[in-house]
Amino acid sequence: MSADVIDLLAGIAPGSALDTVRALRVQARDNAQNSYLSLFAPEEPGDVSLRERFAVAAFVAALHGDTPAAPFYAGRLEAADAAAIAAEVAAGATSGPYGAYPAGPLSVENTPGLVFRVSAAGRAALGGKLAAALEHAHMLVFHPRDSSDAALQALLDAGWTTTGIVTLSQLVAFLAFQIRVVAGLRVLAAVPAGAN
Amino acid sequence: MADTTISQTGHNAPVAFTQAELGWLPWLEPFAETLTERHWAGLVDASRAKSPYFMLLVRDPDILQFRTKTDKDIFYNPNAGLPRAERELAAAAASRFNGCIYCASVHARFASHFSHRKEDVQRMLDAGVGADLGERWNAIVEASVALSATPPVFGAAHVARLRAVGLDDFAITDVINGAAFFNWANRLMLSLGEPELPSK
Repeated sequence: MSADVIDLLAGIAPGSALDTVRALRVQARDNAQNSYLSLFAPEEPGDVSLRERFAVAAFVAALHGDTPAAPFYAGRLEAADAAAIAAEVAAGATSGPYGAYPAGPLSVENTPGLVFRVSAAGRAALGGKLAAALEHAHMLVFHPRDSSDAALQALLDAGWTTTGIVTLSQLVAFLAFQIRVVAGLRVLAAVPAGAN
Repeated sequence: MADTTISQTGHNAPVAFTQAELGWLPWLEPFAETLTERHWAGLVDASRAKSPYFMLLVRDPDILQFRTKTDKDIFYNPNAGLPRAERELAAAAASRFNGCIYCASVHARFASHFSHRKEDVQRMLDAGVGADLGERWNAIVEASVALSATPPVFGAAHVARLRAVGLDDFAITDVINGAAFFNWANRLMLSLGEPELPSK
């Protein structure tokens, strides 16, 4: 049985206070781990290779700033991919959420921000299919409300299948969850009850 | 034939946050073949075979199954922690902040139903996550929003404010799980299709 990744990244030890807290939602805990396994140790990779899964994950995790998930996923990359991803992370770092709403009363809340495109060097190193995935992942991470059917068409045009896009979307969206649970629990562990 | 997207036109798209029951139209073809045992396990509830959203996600049945079971325990498990109304408030706040009109509609409606505070919930939808909802709800909304920022900016001050309004570590973990989960859900609902208003 694999170690629970959220516990590992949040530093939750067996028998600790937060171990007890997480045990109250054991289905959520176990199925967050099962989600991780189904994305990163799938029975069969199907339309998304393991290289693609970890490359996108390393990119997405690092875009979330100072999280132990970043070295965790980057550590699964070959050196050449790790270097290429690190360069794209440096170019893609920003803060969100931003983006546009459908035209109307919410338009006053429209917030411009970086529309990320992979560098020529990154595209050469990673290939066009993976480059398209990183561009889409950046939008999902920072400005998901800018999503469109055109963005999905760009993935199809780059060689993604419909089922591959579903897996890719789940992977990025799952990481947005996993990284936040880890972030939240790390803060909670560092501020024990009665400390304030 | 290569896969293509679906252009949705002619529907009545919402342009504001609402507690109305919205529909959702996919931009990619839902799964159209015969469902296997694995697909049914992915759907978890057989009734979800009627939903274009779940029928699209069921193309990867395993992650759908585990996503759904994670979701259900975070929001429905009645054992201790945060009252259901406030788990839904955390979900609605994350959705309002990220800009997911569909997700916000569902979970604002649930928050209203369980809290009987529909007007307060609507104020958050209308004015945004800075609306004054009273100290306890403000603390929950603020924490959910801080965790939803990318990168997250959730810190010790958020925990302190939640403790000050009476949340124990079980309840604070429900805020964390509820807001974090909607950072998953929002990104799927926003990026794979679009909402529509019910026909009059």
